[in-house]
Amino acid sequence: MKRLSRTAKTDIFTYSLVTVGFIAAQLTQGAGLMSSSLKGQLVPICAYIVMAVSLNLTVGILGELSLGHAGFMSIGAFAGAVAAAVLEPIIPVPEIRLAAAMIIGAVFAGIAGILIGVPVLRLKGDYLAIVTLAFGEIVLNLINCLYVGVDSKGLRISMLTSAEALRLNPDGRVIINGPVGASGITKLSSFTAGFLLILITLFIVQNLVNSRAGRAILAVRDNRISAESVGISVTKHKMIAFVISAVLAGAAGVLFALNINTIVPTKFNFNTSILVLVFVVLGGLGNIWGSIIAAAVLTVLPEALRGFNNYRMLAYAIVLILVMLLTNSAFIKSTLGRPRLKRGAKT
Amino acid sequence: MTFILYLINGVSLGGIYAIIALGYTMVYGIAKMLNFAHGDIIMVGAYVCFFAAASFGIPPVIGVLLAACVCAALGVIIEAFAYKPLRQAASLAVLITAIGVSYLLQNAALLLWKSNPRVFTSIVGTGAVRIWGLSITYVTITTILACIAIMICLTVFTGKTKMGKAMRACAEDKNAASLMGINVNVTISLTFAIGSALAAVAGALLCSAYPTLSPTTGSMPGIKAFTAAVFGGIGSVPGAMLGGVLLGIIEIFAKAYISTQLSDAIVFAVLIVVLLVKPAGLLGRQVHEKV
Repeated sequence: MKRLSRTAKTDIFTYSLVTVGFIAAQLTQGAGLMSSSLKGQLVPICAYIVMAVSLNLTVGILGELSLGHAGFMSIGAFAGAVAAAVLEPIIPVPEIRLAAAMIIGAVFAGIAGILIGVPVLRLKGDYLAIVTLAFGEIVLNLINCLYVGVDSKGLRISMLTSAEALRLNPDGRVIINGPVGASGITKLSSFTAGFLLILITLFIVQNLVNSRAGRAILAVRDNRISAESVGISVTKHKMIAFVISAVLAGAAGVLFALNINTIVPTKFNFNTSILVLVFVVLGGLGNIWGSIIAAAVLTVLPEALRGFNNYRMLAYAIVLILVMLLTNSAFIKSTLGRPRLKRGAKT
Repeated sequence: MTFILYLINGVSLGGIYAIIALGYTMVYGIAKMLNFAHGDIIMVGAYVCFFAAASFGIPPVIGVLLAACVCAALGVIIEAFAYKPLRQAASLAVLITAIGVSYLLQNAALLLWKSNPRVFTSIVGTGAVRIWGLSITYVTITTILACIAIMICLTVFTGKTKMGKAMRACAEDKNAASLMGINVNVTISLTFAIGSALAAVAGALLCSAYPTLSPTTGSMPGIKAFTAAVFGGIGSVPGAMLGGVLLGIIEIFAKAYISTQLSDAIVFAVLIVVLLVKPAGLLGRQVHEKV
């Protein structure tokens, strides 16, 4: 048998990590050991894992800081909510309807990714970061003014007015109601669907990274000028990574939205973008399984810190700062420097 | 006539953004980091100001000075504990730490001062003066004057004084500056102190104009001011001023003439367009890569 390369080993480790996590969660749930609050967290954890892995593609693998990733999630979530409502009479099987809604949400997010990617990817560093931040705020603001309804005649869309301006027939219903958001969503997401979405995400991202395009993306990250000089199209490869990242975030948004009854646009604000970025950085830039663990642990952490009561978000902040200080401080690195060097020399 | 009134209000709101943006840009210039906790320092400053007046009956001007001192100390403490150990670390690590500090300040404020919004009494009273048929509030005038004064002081400080020159030297090259006998650590601490003191002033002015105060008051103006700093060219002091004022004018005009609901989207859309034309901001220095 051919010996597996290091990347293949890491990939297999990542898949098994997710699978073991899924089985363990299912077993504890089946045995009735899981608290109800944690049970409610399972689908959001899956959505955040997909978000973290997809953002890692932009920040860790492409090397461009994005502060508006929640914008793509938002587009996916609301497009998915509308799609699920419209498709209800057409596709009766909930699983297939969820899949269709996810594809539609992902496509919308992908289109937004292309639209924002063309101008954004010309910029560098902090300027790129601020434009993605601006994009996230624009999406939030636009969806806040968006009214969508459906009736027997089809879909009705209105901006800036009110739900009445949609002039729905008596059989119609409002799906997105401006700042109130989408309500009355039929719950389609399940933990299994979330698990499958994570596997698909991993499959896409890990295969991309190990492909020709992925190596080109890494080359662009490490040295744009030398990548360009050997004939790699910088814009094209940046776009590939950015749009795939947006598509996956859109799918995660659908998963997240179709899990709860009501979803408001402000759920996907700057803080959500930052939250996902925290997962990525704590998990390690470019490290896919790190993102998965960080997303899962940090989503559960506020629940686990419930014992601290009112102090739990304060404790969360302190944990975050301490982890960053401990993992990055020059002093601690120099004390722990020796064993690390040895490990580096072996590989 | 209403156009001029909107313009004045825009300049006033922009002045507040500009004062906050100065803090962002000075810290960025010297420490090369985006200080996300800056917006929350505005909030702390406003709370100090609020309690100075409401609980201790301290006159507003002294209250603002007190807030500036508290925030300057807070800025220095944050820098010493959270950012100094990470000076050699990757910029993203520092960014996440700054976000952690921001969460910390917000949640500490939530515990100390509770989430219910407070009604902030304006530091200059609520009256207005009438000039040529326009009624301009005291807050507007104070903000514009404070903004001009701060701009002049900062220009003189960075241009003429020894400390200011040291600051510019550190922004240019830290190693060379320390070889010239400049104490880099003290200079960075001083930058944080000045930036945070300015944030406190901005907080008092902001809450005088928009009188609700809650632990999340600082975050949106913080984001907008950060945008303003980038808009003007981050790292550039006049750029932050220009970016802030322009952003304020655009926001007020968008609210008045286009749509109140879409004003934020318009502000950010203008930012994107400007950055496409001038990728380093209005007054930013375009650094060309050498191959």
